[in-house]
Amino acid sequence: MAVYLNIVASGLLTGLVYGLAALGLSVIFGVVRVVNFAHGEMMVIGMYGAVVLAGWPGLDPLLAAPLIAAFLFAIGYVLQRGLINAFIARPEHMQFILLVGVALMIVNGLLMIFGPDARSTNVEYGFETFEVGALLLDKARVYAAGAALLTTAVLFAFFRYSRPGKAIRACADNQLGARVVGLDVEGLYALTFGLGAACVGIAGCLMALVVDVRSQLAPEYTLLSFIIVIIGGLGSLAGALLGGVLIGISEALAGFFLLPSMKSMFSYALLILVLVLRPQGLLGKRA
Amino acid sequence: MSDLLSVEALSKRFRGLRAVHEVSFSVPEHRIVGLIGPNGAGKTTTFNLIAGALAPDAGRVQLAGRDLVGLRPDQVCAAGIARTFQLVKPFAELTVEDNVLVGALHRRRRVADARAHARAVIERVELGPLARRRAASLTLPDRKRLELAKALATEPRILLLDEVMAGLRPTETDRMVGVLRALNRDTGMAILLIEHVMRAVMALSDHVIVLDQGEKISEGAPADVVRDPRVIACYLGPDHVPGAVA
Amino acid sequence: MSLGWPAELPRRGAVLLGLAGALLLAVPAFADAYLLSVLTLVLWLAYAGQAWNVMMGFAGQLSLGHTLYVGLAAYVSGVLFVSFGIGPWLGVWLAIVIAAIAGGCIGALGFRFGIRGVYFALLTIAFAEFTRIAFDHFAWVGGSAGFFLPVAQRTTNDLLDLRGTPTMFYYVILALTAGALVVCRALLKSRLGYYWLAIREDQEAAQAVGIDVFRYKLLAVVISAGLTAPAGVFYAFFYNNMYPEQMFAITRSIEIILGAIVGGIGTLFGPVLGAFILTPLGELVTAAVDRAGVNVPGAKQLVYGGLMVLIVVFLPDGIWPWLARRLGLDGADRGPSS
Repeated sequence: MAVYLNIVASGLLTGLVYGLAALGLSVIFGVVRVVNFAHGEMMVIGMYGAVVLAGWPGLDPLLAAPLIAAFLFAIGYVLQRGLINAFIARPEHMQFILLVGVALMIVNGLLMIFGPDARSTNVEYGFETFEVGALLLDKARVYAAGAALLTTAVLFAFFRYSRPGKAIRACADNQLGARVVGLDVEGLYALTFGLGAACVGIAGCLMALVVDVRSQLAPEYTLLSFIIVIIGGLGSLAGALLGGVLIGISEALAGFFLLPSMKSMFSYALLILVLVLRPQGLLGKRA
Repeated sequence: MSDLLSVEALSKRFRGLRAVHEVSFSVPEHRIVGLIGPNGAGKTTTFNLIAGALAPDAGRVQLAGRDLVGLRPDQVCAAGIARTFQLVKPFAELTVEDNVLVGALHRRRRVADARAHARAVIERVELGPLARRRAASLTLPDRKRLELAKALATEPRILLLDEVMAGLRPTETDRMVGVLRALNRDTGMAILLIEHVMRAVMALSDHVIVLDQGEKISEGAPADVVRDPRVIACYLGPDHVPGAVA
Repeated sequence: MSLGWPAELPRRGAVLLGLAGALLLAVPAFADAYLLSVLTLVLWLAYAGQAWNVMMGFAGQLSLGHTLYVGLAAYVSGVLFVSFGIGPWLGVWLAIVIAAIAGGCIGALGFRFGIRGVYFALLTIAFAEFTRIAFDHFAWVGGSAGFFLPVAQRTTNDLLDLRGTPTMFYYVILALTAGALVVCRALLKSRLGYYWLAIREDQEAAQAVGIDVFRYKLLAVVISAGLTAPAGVFYAFFYNNMYPEQMFAITRSIEIILGAIVGGIGTLFGPVLGAFILTPLGELVTAAVDRAGVNVPGAKQLVYGGLMVLIVVFLPDGIWPWLARRLGLDGADRGPSS
């Protein structure tokens, strides 16, 4: 029994980080309506960022996270403003191709800089655990999950209470109306993309606490984020978290009951099922 | 004169809004019927219901006695109803000829046959000189004629035209009226047209039906309908009702 | 998105085509082993890209998991040969059927439930990935350790079993690519082709003129998948090995479509031109990197990514339509109407 609980707990914690990554995608997709196929790649930038900062100034990923967030925010902002903005009105497959191209550049750029070998952040508490009753929780996972929750809460608050946050939501609801009332839609889109990128950057940074970093992970994370967003429901921030947790847990269970190498299979099967049966996801609104 | 198209008690709501309510009318063979009414009266919705783009909540649609409710739009086309769209939808990247060819291929499987038919249709709507142009490069009046040609090419028994005069200047309107009149006269094609341009409605229609807020409020010969106080009220407001507007 | 191909082939175009064809036929006479292998790869990508193009360019459905059909076909024909002694010319038919069925399932699922655009693309990826992992654990075909065909001597040509010299393989893939062009041209000029173009342009308008959109979209996927299968069979017999990790990888799906994107989606010659541009470019980049003495895997893909971005930003229709205009090969009237 304890074994199952541990697996579920571990999956849940990882799932919260996945959820944060997916949150970034949901924000981008939901507001700017761009299919960010470079999402996983941005996450991997965050992961390598954590590795670099853990190595040279010896910064713990948890402390490095805000720096990474700022860095990725800038990347996202510039990318959207400079390149992607022109593609919003274009056919979807053009957006897709653009972002696949960007993703290829990012992932191979990282490969060229860091090489194909796995890197890690090597935190001292990497192998320590918390004991909560019968549960043995990895400290690293707990911290990562905690930070993910914190970031999510900040994001919720931002969209709920802050002026730019409300402006962004207005844009998402009614672009034309937003322009009519004088909102700088291009600027808000860039802001949103930046925020989404920052989210996934932080998620990457946190993930680096838990897994080894390789650039080849990028496409998997892109897919995972899409799966979570679709399962949780587009446009629903809570849905992204919920989806993340679900995927995290199911991956952990699948890895245990089947084979670890099979854990993604379940996620893909789930995606197919959701796309077919309930494309608006668990908590989403119909597009 | 038998009824070609008959619509009975057609109803459709959208979440509490009664878009079309118990509308009944018919279009006899070889006749041109106008469907008018203020904006939001439910005219295009009625078209969508007939053409299968929307499913009615209640009511019947019959073409020469055959029930059409529940059929997909392409099946409705196969049954013999061709419709145009208010905001024209050309196949932008194809040439005018290829656009009409797509329509012609509906009843003529062989491309060569269909192309010949398409060319004939293009001549009829007076688009001949533009046959090899890309549809996207056409002006609005030409696009309207292309829209008509596409529908015509499917060899329907009745044409549903949705505001095919909208945006046209009076000379262009007259030209389109001429094309439609000739079509009806030469081929006996029945036409049901939604129109706001009264000039066209009066010139073309044998019979006019008036919708307002989803319901049919009047029908009859064009000259009678425009004098009907209820019709005047729905366009100009109840204060303008008494007496006829000459 | 233009068609990039006029109704009647102008004299200039026919001459160019003839020249290109003659050149390609003569290649083995003057090419060294390296050039021959590069051209074989180019033609393979041209063929696969052309097959993908049927679905995307003609019917407007984005498939990012096309390597599924390559992989399935490779494994089917490989297993038939190794375990049952059935040669590739027979095996290819079963491979085509299986690929077509797979495509049919994906299409039916997608279109039946109105899955479009991004979601459909994701659906195709999900199926490919799912299959990849499944094959990784499929012991009978070697799982992740791979599946192998016996490598025969490369000196004699056995066309029946596709065992032979690189030259033989070159001509086979050349014939396949030429065949694909012929098939695609026939499709484009047929009722099916026009219906696909109409669906690509405006589904609602297509329905209004009597086109059963579901049926034709499904046909596009099935035909595209079936057409892709021979590429998988060729791969199996040319390289004699297959690993789920490569055969079903999304990077391969992207490789396949890259040529079509660069050359021009929806055009007849786009995928071929694209493949001819990309592969040599990739080789050049790799060679340059090697000569610089730096060990940076990924340079080629980086350039590919950059090229993709450049094309989609500056020449979204692809290089072929631009080239065709320059060469005066297109026939559509471009002037404004009255």
